[in-house]
Amino acid sequence: MSNFEIVRREDFSEVTYLLEVRHPLMAKAAKAGQFVIVMLNEHGERIPLTIADYDRVNGTITLVIQAVGKTTRQMQQECQVGTSLYGLVGPMGIPSPISHAKKVMCVGGGLGVAPIFPQARAFKEAGAYVIAVLGFRNKDLVFWEDKFRDACDQLILCTNDGSAGMKGLITDGIQVALEGHSNIDEVVAIGPPVMMKACAEATRPHKIKTMVSVNPIMVDGTGMCGGCRVKVGNEVKFACVDGPDFDGHQLDFDDLMLRLQRYTKVEKMASERWSESCRMTKQVGPSALDGMLPGKGVQKDLLELPDPFEEVPGG
Amino acid sequence: MATKKKTIRTIPQDRTPMREQDPQVRAKNFEEVACGYSLEDASREAERCLLCPDQPCVAGCPVGIDIPGFIKKIGDKNLRGAYDVLTGTNLLPAICGRVCPQENQCEGVCTVGESLEAVAIGRLERFVGDTAIKEGWVNIPYIEPNRFKVGIVGSGPAGMACAADMAKAGCDVTVYEAFHQPGGVLRYGIPDFRLPNTVIDAEISNLKKFGVKFECNTLVGRLFTIEQMIDELGYHAVFIGVGAGYPTMLNIPGDSLNGVLSANELLTRCNLMNAKEFPNFDTPLPIGRRVAVVGAGNTAMDAMRVSLRLGAEKVYCIYRRSRTEAPARIEEVHHAEQEGVEFHWLCNPVAVLDDGKGNVRGMRCVRMELGEPDDSGRRRPVTVAGSEFDFEADVIVYAIGTNANPIMGQTSRVKLNKWGYIGTDGSLATSVAGVFAGGDIVTGAATVIEAMGAGRKAARSMKAYLGIRDGELPYLSAKQGGTDSLFGIDLRERNFARVRVKQDSAAISTTTQA
Ligand SMILES: Cc1cc2nc3c(=O)[nH]c(=O)nc-3n(C[C@H](O)[C@H](O)[C@H](O)COP(=O)(O)OP(=O)(O)OC[C@H]3O[C@@H](n4cnc5c(N)ncnc54)[C@H](O)[C@@H]3O)c2cc1C
Ligand SMILES: Cc1cc2nc3c(=O)[nH]c(=O)nc-3n(C[C@H](O)[C@H](O)[C@H](O)COP(=O)(O)OP(=O)(O)OC[C@H]3O[C@@H](n4cnc5c(N)ncnc54)[C@H](O)[C@@H]3O)c2cc1C
Ligand code: SF4
Ligand code: FES
Repeated sequence: MSNFEIVRREDFSEVTYLLEVRHPLMAKAAKAGQFVIVMLNEHGERIPLTIADYDRVNGTITLVIQAVGKTTRQMQQECQVGTSLYGLVGPMGIPSPISHAKKVMCVGGGLGVAPIFPQARAFKEAGAYVIAVLGFRNKDLVFWEDKFRDACDQLILCTNDGSAGMKGLITDGIQVALEGHSNIDEVVAIGPPVMMKACAEATRPHKIKTMVSVNPIMVDGTGMCGGCRVKVGNEVKFACVDGPDFDGHQLDFDDLMLRLQRYTKVEKMASERWSESCRMTKQVGPSALDGMLPGKGVQKDLLELPDPFEEVPGG
Repeated sequence: MATKKKTIRTIPQDRTPMREQDPQVRAKNFEEVACGYSLEDASREAERCLLCPDQPCVAGCPVGIDIPGFIKKIGDKNLRGAYDVLTGTNLLPAICGRVCPQENQCEGVCTVGESLEAVAIGRLERFVGDTAIKEGWVNIPYIEPNRFKVGIVGSGPAGMACAADMAKAGCDVTVYEAFHQPGGVLRYGIPDFRLPNTVIDAEISNLKKFGVKFECNTLVGRLFTIEQMIDELGYHAVFIGVGAGYPTMLNIPGDSLNGVLSANELLTRCNLMNAKEFPNFDTPLPIGRRVAVVGAGNTAMDAMRVSLRLGAEKVYCIYRRSRTEAPARIEEVHHAEQEGVEFHWLCNPVAVLDDGKGNVRGMRCVRMELGEPDDSGRRRPVTVAGSEFDFEADVIVYAIGTNANPIMGQTSRVKLNKWGYIGTDGSLATSVAGVFAGGDIVTGAATVIEAMGAGRKAARSMKAYLGIRDGELPYLSAKQGGTDSLFGIDLRERNFARVRVKQDSAAISTTTQA
């Protein structure tokens, strides 16, 4: 059953890594915008991850993961080439509608950079002029720059400290694109809710259709628990079966951000407990965990990095 | 028969009680509440059956189990015989004995029940099922493989029942399940203290012995479609039994606050993902001090009793009708009361109150009274003006029903009805040739036994569609649809060439005659 072998792994930075997993049927079925649910082991949590790429010929799918909590950090440690995941189900969600828009801006921030890739490529294949706007904290975190350059007509790279591309937040990059092109038909944004919200606000005055891909907490991914519900206009939608893409001008981002914090306290506890047990059993060398332990930098760093786990003011 | 005819006067008068864990103790653990009958208990209870000639209980059973038949075998101390009678109709006795709403079915119409308490048919069924698991009994028929491949989507009771019948008919059967473990609601919804996982595992391993293959982690519709199963994956027929789990939210202010969740989410986290053992298992669970559960069905009862076991100090049940209208099994309401759930009948929520930080602080309800009967025959609750009141709670669980899951509709040509459930004809065939459907996805949320009945019915239609000779069909009672046969040959069969040889000698002799 659990024969989801990891065939390739690449570490982009201390916290971001790529896993290529064998699943020929899924590689055949996957479309841009869809995601999978992964279970690392029998005791694991079911966590949703976007399909960042797929190889129909070799029968693999690619996941790009940021280590933010217990499960994603444990995966970073345990998922080596040759090992298998306990559970992998998908592709889930409605594929992103790839319209016949002539000019499209694809925005990816932090975690959203990898998942925006298949959409950018799909738009390109559908004949659109594609502008990619990517945001990273600094040069060391940048990945897939070449991949995007190959697939897009224009790439605007932003880093918070200016160590690569232009200096500024991703919203600055969006402004540059909007100023440079008056005829953008459609915008697609994936990233932390704060970023997607900012992006939707930037395009609202221009009345440019803006799709965002939401990342609420999920359990089953089949529409059975309602944990992933979001507010779109006046309606309640389940992101796993009705999404994950929604109209950014309709989506209630504040609601999304609040609901993402449902389990923050216990998640932190699990994460700390896990780090503690790692330290005790010495499964990891100190370097692997450096900067990842709570209170040792990452928690604070993550706040700077635009990411979904950001503390919401007042929360 | 030599034995003297039993009468209502000669049988043991009171129903044999079943040992249960003490309510105070069990409300803190996940062990099974009802401990089951001993052989002695079962024999005594079997004594109480009058073996009525008109068998009202059989008519009351959605699948028509030969109830007096299996009870008589218990009386004869022939438990294996009782198991054989039961599994002639019901694949999962240990499960149905525990979860069927017997009071509305067989026990509700039992003759003894007219003057005394009805025969405890469910408890006897469970006793036989448990004995079979303990003894490792399986009735594996002689199966002659045919060339047909059958795909089953969803591993709930509907899917399992259909899979079993098709495997027995000789088909190569594969069950696809989206979750990482099979069982459907039995696994993710109904908690361990009511239906232990070991019982589900035992029943599933029996299916595997029939040659049924289970493929978990497979989301049909998205990984491949129903149409692809037939066109590309080589399935000759497909059964859809994906259940109806899309939870309804109340649509009142405060619905999306942290601390408001569906019973399905609570139960899935707790049962399937083992959040009750967090942090040994990674899935977290909202822990409430005061939990309010809205609804009074089986799902609501399960959510309340799970909350108690997770350590809630107070658990409230909020229901807009009264106790008599509560759709849950009576035994479950009773158990919940014993364990200390506080019931607030005739109350309807109007808003969830927040603490200003996005969390639940409490709930606002309004009192109701019962008015005229509605379509369902239950008296319609109406609001009592000016009766609003607030109470404190930190977790709110909605257990007010579910809808069809949209994935099938999104991904296949199978026609849906106006409520979004899959549309079928009387034989459970869908609008796509070779595709059948049954269980909650056709009827809306119902019961385990009805889902199983649907799975079996679909299997019969599937056999007819494939032209497989259905050894069972000609011998069924009229009620089970066995009348339209000629010389023992089902008129709906398209092809009479393959005569399946069954070990069952009666079947062989009659078929060869025909
Ligand atoms: C559709 C979708 C696509 C996603 N794609 C990616 C991706 O491509 N790469 C990537 O690195 N991450 C992705 N995520 C986020 C990823 O699922 C979470 O980072 C992961 O679940 C965190 O688990 P953890 O145990 O490591 O952290 P935890 O300590 O459990 O949680 C850290 C934070 O993660 C969020 N989170 C926790 N559990 C879940 C859950 N079951 N579902 C969603 N969010 C959760 C919460 O906001 C929490 O505060 C995606 C999420 C969704 C819904
Ligand atoms: C909490 C709870 C308590 C209950 N208590 C009782 C009780 O005491 N007595 C009683 O008689 N009834 C009870 N019921 C109702 C009963 O469980 C259901 O009516 C019955 O399980 C329906 O069976 P099913 O086979 O149609 O669907 P389900 O049991 O729902 O199974 C469907 C399966 O299909 C899977 N699936 C869904 N979509 C896909 C897909 N696209 N691809 C692959 N797999 C998919 C699901 O994951 C699931 O495992 C209860 C229900 C709940 C929720
Ligand atoms: S109705 Fe009651 S007494 Fe009569 S056969 Fe059925 S179980 Fe026995
Ligand atoms: S994850 Fe359960 S309904 Fe979407």
